[in-house]
Amino acid sequence: MYVAVKGGEAAIENAHRLLADRRRGPRDVPALTLEQIAGQLALAVDRVMAEGSLYDAGLAALAIKQARGDMIEAIFLLRAYRTTLPRFGYSKPMDTGAMLVERRISATYKDLPGGQLLGPTFDYTHRLLDPDLAGDDMPEQPERREGAAEESRMPRVTEILAGEGLVEPDGALPDSTEPADITRTPPEFPQGRDARLQALSRGDEGFLLALGYSTQRGYARSHPFAGEIRIGEVEIELDVPELDFPVPLGRIRVTECQMINQFKGSAKAPPQFTRGYGLVFGQSERKAMAMALCDRALRAKELGEDVVAPAQDEEFVISHSDNVQATGFVEHLKLPHYVDFQAELGLVRQMRREFEERKQTSTVKEAAE
Amino acid sequence: MNAHAENIAQYNFAYLDEQTKRMIRRAILKAIAIPGYQVPFASREMPMPYGWGTGGVQVTASIIGPDDVLKVIDQGSDDTTNAVSIRAFFQKVAEVAVTTETGKASIIQTRHRIPEEPLKAGQVLVYQVPIPEPLRFLEPRETETRKMHALEEYGLMHVKLYEDIAQHGHIATTYAYPVKVEGRYVMDPSPTPKFDNPKMHMSAALQLFGAGREKRIYAIPPYTRVESLDFEDHPFEVQTFDQPCALCGGAGVYLDEVVLDDAGGRMFVCSDTDYCEKRQAEGHAGPTGSPGEGEVQ
Repeated sequence: MYVAVKGGEAAIENAHRLLADRRRGPRDVPALTLEQIAGQLALAVDRVMAEGSLYDAGLAALAIKQARGDMIEAIFLLRAYRTTLPRFGYSKPMDTGAMLVERRISATYKDLPGGQLLGPTFDYTHRLLDPDLAGDDMPEQPERREGAAEESRMPRVTEILAGEGLVEPDGALPDSTEPADITRTPPEFPQGRDARLQALSRGDEGFLLALGYSTQRGYARSHPFAGEIRIGEVEIELDVPELDFPVPLGRIRVTECQMINQFKGSAKAPPQFTRGYGLVFGQSERKAMAMALCDRALRAKELGEDVVAPAQDEEFVISHSDNVQATGFVEHLKLPHYVDFQAELGLVRQMRREFEERKQTSTVKEAAE
Repeated sequence: MNAHAENIAQYNFAYLDEQTKRMIRRAILKAIAIPGYQVPFASREMPMPYGWGTGGVQVTASIIGPDDVLKVIDQGSDDTTNAVSIRAFFQKVAEVAVTTETGKASIIQTRHRIPEEPLKAGQVLVYQVPIPEPLRFLEPRETETRKMHALEEYGLMHVKLYEDIAQHGHIATTYAYPVKVEGRYVMDPSPTPKFDNPKMHMSAALQLFGAGREKRIYAIPPYTRVESLDFEDHPFEVQTFDQPCALCGGAGVYLDEVVLDDAGGRMFVCSDTDYCEKRQAEGHAGPTGSPGEGEVQ
């Protein structure tokens, strides 16, 4: 005997209790602290801050813990919190040239003012599992160079190249320009580069990585060079109407990538090196580089190039780069759809009936002939 | 961290801040002024996933007041998990009264169905919309479809429906069946079965549509013409069922097919659970149900 399905409320409550239990894991193992997550899974925290668009390591660590390590779920938690925060204003443009650099490399120059600085990188590590890490490993103290922090401004590689005019300049906007804000205005296409960069900066790392990779494999090839990648802390300043000087709010760690791309020239622009730009919260070179490749590919129209590949298609890339949107819509297929399925069932049954009838009449006809 | 914990607990009435509500109300007013037109709005991240009703939730959160009575249905039922979850959300953040009775609700948020009981003046029906663009599956680009709406260029849709007829002898769209609103905009009624389309026409209630992920709001004001697209020689038809509801005996309503065993046994019951329970309480019974037996477990 069929019974009307009841009990959704109790089922949900029990599911959440079970989830909380699974999240905690074996009770005889100490719970993770947020300090441990922020301190030892720092790159996970960075990714959640970057794609969650909120610079707060403590909250990102909490989100990772609450999400049981599911990064997109953690990003979603942080976003849903971010959206409730009041908006005080827009910071002044950051000067990444004044960054307290921890890592800075250029693939286009052997040496350059400020030097190459490897910093804490996985590059050149051999990817051999390290059994020592299974225990409570206490590595050596890192080497420190005296006075390193006081070293002055490290100019960006694009400033160095600008002299010859071979690389397109930074460009300038009038002071009155209001930056786009993709969190406060619905997207409209074509977008300005400011809106596009915002979307890319919070876009899914995997999606941008795949798209950037596709440009290297010939789908909108742009012959990129990693002009410069730098990671370090930058000061954020805010203009307050009552004060006639900008107020420093503190420093954030960012990764910046300047990609330099060959460009044969078009009707619109002379032959020169063009640029793609990537800027991401925290330490995330892969994301910053992928972002720079996508940014350059998406400038196709502006530079008079043919749009022939997915990575150049602004509406396609920007509409599908947000993993919070993507995961929601893909996973909504779990919700009941039985009303629509019923409608389709009815249609398929009807069409099958008609199909059988047609077959019957044609056999009858053939027999008669 | 504790400071955060205290701050997180503080949410405005109905979750959204007043500035956001104002922005959404403005979009709703514009939508009502241009029936069937999709108004872009700066949709927010909500504490439930995109695709799970965030558009409907934002619309409801912007219009709900402390005196409202809310009903939430999914697939016609008040007790499907997502309906339970959204209802619980508004009970938590807005402390409003809730009901399962269609007649008693001032706001009804729905996914995939319109209640069988005719709506009254003063009621608001809020639809959750996954893909607001009726032309999306014919033309994936928003830049193109907006142009097509602006120019009232709906030939593509008619060609699609015509091709259905040429191929199958009838139109092969069973839900999200496109409608024309007040003789101007072609509109997606959200994935309701086409069975529900006639209920939208000249409805006494205000109908609001929210698409959170796609950032669009649209509306049908009360007493607005809503016509399902068709051809003179192939007029629009709704689904019919061969049998009445097995529990309440209701006919001319939309039914769910319930599989009873793995030997082909099945029964058909009302998709609108409130309607079904009300009829059973009034003493109606179907072939396999007896009055008052609907609610079990």
